[in-house]
Amino acid sequence: MVKITFDGIEVEVEEGTTILNAARKIGGEVVPPAMCYYTPLKGSGGKCRACLVKVAAGSAKDPRPMPKLVASCITPVQDGMVVENTTNPDVLATRKGVVEMLLINHPLDCPICDQAGECDLQNFSYEHGTSGTRYEEERRTFEKIDIGPLIQLHMTRCILCYRCVYTADQITEKRVHGVLGRGDAAEIGTYIENVIDNDFSGNVIDVCPVGALTDKTFRFKNRVWFTKPMDAHRDCPKCSGKVVLWMRGNDVMRVTARKDKYNEVQEFICNECRFDHKDPNDWTIEGARKIDRGSVISANHYELPVLNVPVVPNLPGSTEDDLKDTPFNLGRSV
Amino acid sequence: MGRKLLTEHINVEGIQTFDVYRKHGGYASVEKALKTMTPEEVVEEVKASGLRGRGGAGFPTGMKWSFLAKPEGKPRYLVCNADESEPGTFKDRYLMEKLPHLLIEGMITSSFALGARTSYIYIRGELLYVLRILEKAIAEAYANGFLGENILGSGYSLDLHVHPGGGAYICGEETALLESLEGKRGNPRNKPPFPAVWGLYGCPTVVNNVESIATVPWIVTNGAAEYAKIGVGRSTGTKLISAGGNINKPGVYEIELGVPVEEFIYSDEYCGGIWKGRDMKAVIAGGSSVPILPKELILKTAAGEDRLMTYESLSDGGFATGTMLGSGGFFVMDDQTCIVRHTWTLARFYHHESCGQCSPCREGTGWMEKVLHRIEYGHGQMHDIDLLVSVAKQIEGNTICPLGDAAAWPVAAAIRHFRDEFEWHVKHPERATAPGAVYNKADSVLA
Amino acid sequence: MDQTVENKKVEFSEGAMAEIRRYISHYPEGRQKSAILPILHIAQAEFGGWVSPEVMDKVAEILDIQPIEVYEVATFYTMFNLKPVGKHVLEVCRTGPCMLRGSDQLIEHLENRLGCKVGETSADGNFTLKTVECLASCGTGPMLQVREKFYENLDAASANQMLEDLKASTVRKPWEENY
Repeated sequence: MVKITFDGIEVEVEEGTTILNAARKIGGEVVPPAMCYYTPLKGSGGKCRACLVKVAAGSAKDPRPMPKLVASCITPVQDGMVVENTTNPDVLATRKGVVEMLLINHPLDCPICDQAGECDLQNFSYEHGTSGTRYEEERRTFEKIDIGPLIQLHMTRCILCYRCVYTADQITEKRVHGVLGRGDAAEIGTYIENVIDNDFSGNVIDVCPVGALTDKTFRFKNRVWFTKPMDAHRDCPKCSGKVVLWMRGNDVMRVTARKDKYNEVQEFICNECRFDHKDPNDWTIEGARKIDRGSVISANHYELPVLNVPVVPNLPGSTEDDLKDTPFNLGRSV
Repeated sequence: MGRKLLTEHINVEGIQTFDVYRKHGGYASVEKALKTMTPEEVVEEVKASGLRGRGGAGFPTGMKWSFLAKPEGKPRYLVCNADESEPGTFKDRYLMEKLPHLLIEGMITSSFALGARTSYIYIRGELLYVLRILEKAIAEAYANGFLGENILGSGYSLDLHVHPGGGAYICGEETALLESLEGKRGNPRNKPPFPAVWGLYGCPTVVNNVESIATVPWIVTNGAAEYAKIGVGRSTGTKLISAGGNINKPGVYEIELGVPVEEFIYSDEYCGGIWKGRDMKAVIAGGSSVPILPKELILKTAAGEDRLMTYESLSDGGFATGTMLGSGGFFVMDDQTCIVRHTWTLARFYHHESCGQCSPCREGTGWMEKVLHRIEYGHGQMHDIDLLVSVAKQIEGNTICPLGDAAAWPVAAAIRHFRDEFEWHVKHPERATAPGAVYNKADSVLA
Repeated sequence: MDQTVENKKVEFSEGAMAEIRRYISHYPEGRQKSAILPILHIAQAEFGGWVSPEVMDKVAEILDIQPIEVYEVATFYTMFNLKPVGKHVLEVCRTGPCMLRGSDQLIEHLENRLGCKVGETSADGNFTLKTVECLASCGTGPMLQVREKFYENLDAASANQMLEDLKASTVRKPWEENY
């Protein structure tokens, strides 16, 4: 076990743990956001730069600070490491910059996007970005491609996290889609017209942090905040059969895998469970699911969000001043 | 005349062939190393020479070699980075085309030092004609017993192959190069682990620039002490400089590190002065990614000392008033050069070459290019100039690989030293976009 | 009914296959994917200067990998033409150092001479005009590349001569005699 200090909080974790996962062990508002890293997917992370943090001391043995901000999702902890996230103004400013970069070419078509209400980019920009934009150029667009009857691809919304590519590589056979092109012209695609179709292809929808890959069988049918998520299961020969049913009244609007509070799938589900069982009688319903994330979904259904709770003990006064004008005021009264 | 360690025989008729190269002392380092030295002794020799990586970063080559992990049961690789693509730099191409056997000799001696049994030269795909020259020379080396099984009866065996890229500047970044060599997209890897531990096919790997490897034979043959006598301070030895732009004598020059910049630009031994009898406006001294410096600052440091062609002297003053030796891509701009247009072409280059993997570089390089394009074509606004500085800052230091920095620095430096020229473009769009129009200082009085 | 499928079937010549096998032998067992870039170069030379989806599928088959792995690579590297091109592709360097030596003027001259814009193919099908980024030929700019050959220090007269020579030339493949 190694001990690190994260935003002034000491935490003990196993050797080899990443900084991000050490922070997740602490939990709450100090956890850096992650737009591309995804625990179940090997090789993911390092790309979006949302989780950059300052390593103020590398380790007990070598307490020098690291010269650049590091991606917390891929950097392993060292014993005695001191990390600054919400307590470091540079980190917060840089993060604001990352939000800006991710948004300049994003269509901001949230009002007609099925992901709205459960979108990581929405949450990320709400928590860490600024209102308004300095971008005056034309936004990037792509030729629309059809990847089959079950999954809708909206390339303009994609932030190139590569999660769907890793998913196809790691949990399905014969990947047919990938990242094509280069730079800001890079896109998710199949190159030749091809259908992403195999027993587990639907999982790319669940891992997508934005509305680039959505469920065609749910398309424009409802807003997620009008639906009630219910844990349910069925005997499935292909997967665990443990899902979330998104209900409106007695109708199953859509089926997804169960995700944890960091929006990561706990167990991938098969396409049959996802797309072919929209009859509530096919399922054993366990009860309402608590959606833990900072989302509008649970706000109306379960409990009110807890406000004004100090989350960072012993925050230096100077840092507190710096944070006053950010939308992210750490829940302190100022 | 400075000493020529690499290029002494470059103009000898037939030096591309094994026989002529051998007659002029070629492959002596292979004989010496394999017959009289241990691999560790070769590493120590290179370490002691003070040779610094000639690809741009200037990291000590011997040090890099000593980091190579040596786990049991895993092969080790040496990969030569011949993906020379940094605008302004063309020395490696020249060296490989004219002296293919020098690189091959360096690869054999260096592979022996590192314990590699298979080595690769990764050459940029645009240089397929150089690949054919190298392959011919490699075949000659095999035929003469310098490659293959049991080289010179030493018991050491080595296979050497040339691998072409496909058109991607990013593959000059060593982990992108390794991905590309594995047959993938050239996306740089997250580090750590570094290639010394996890490189080609997950095996310990050293990646070195062409010129670095081509310098090894001289060091091994003549000794590190002899090499370290050349140069100034921590800038030992000679360096190939690619001289281009608006000068009378563009070309590749091998200089002893320490030549004054002024002498390099104006003497007939090197660049031969500015073309068309014009004055000099600015210089990019180490490849397009290093900061541009105006005439005053490239000739003298801020403290008024003569600027020398060394790692230390060129970087004197940091980025505020200095630059970097980088890859030695030295290009000169005359007083008729439009800095805005030139900066735009560089921004366009980096936008074109960004792999697209991480967000600040993917989005930011395109943003900078678009804003610069607007300013150049008369649609800029004053606040765009600060916007560029801000976007550059948002990219710098926040990306997976150094391409982000390389894209940010030229823009930031051009504005740092030539802000008046950008402002003139914004204030006088009709004149800035007139054919052949170039800003000169007198305009600022009218502004 | 198999006529269309039959037409699309891609086969490399024996000369090209020998080159392909030689490259594959350069990499350790099971690492044959490493040969993808050399093979795409061979494919482009073999099949008229561009790589079609069918050609890429054939490359995937040879390397025993998924077609998408070839598409991902071919679209990343800029040397591979993904659409049909003219007999000769002129790739003019336009980056800063070449711009300083007149690449803007060279591009304009070629556009006028060929009667087509950058990215287009001349009406006679002989030339596709492209711009590229730095070709490591900064000391001899303005310059351009046609297949494996560099044409350097170009001015209007030498560019015109080059076009005439190319028009009259026969395109040979690297593994053919008299290449």
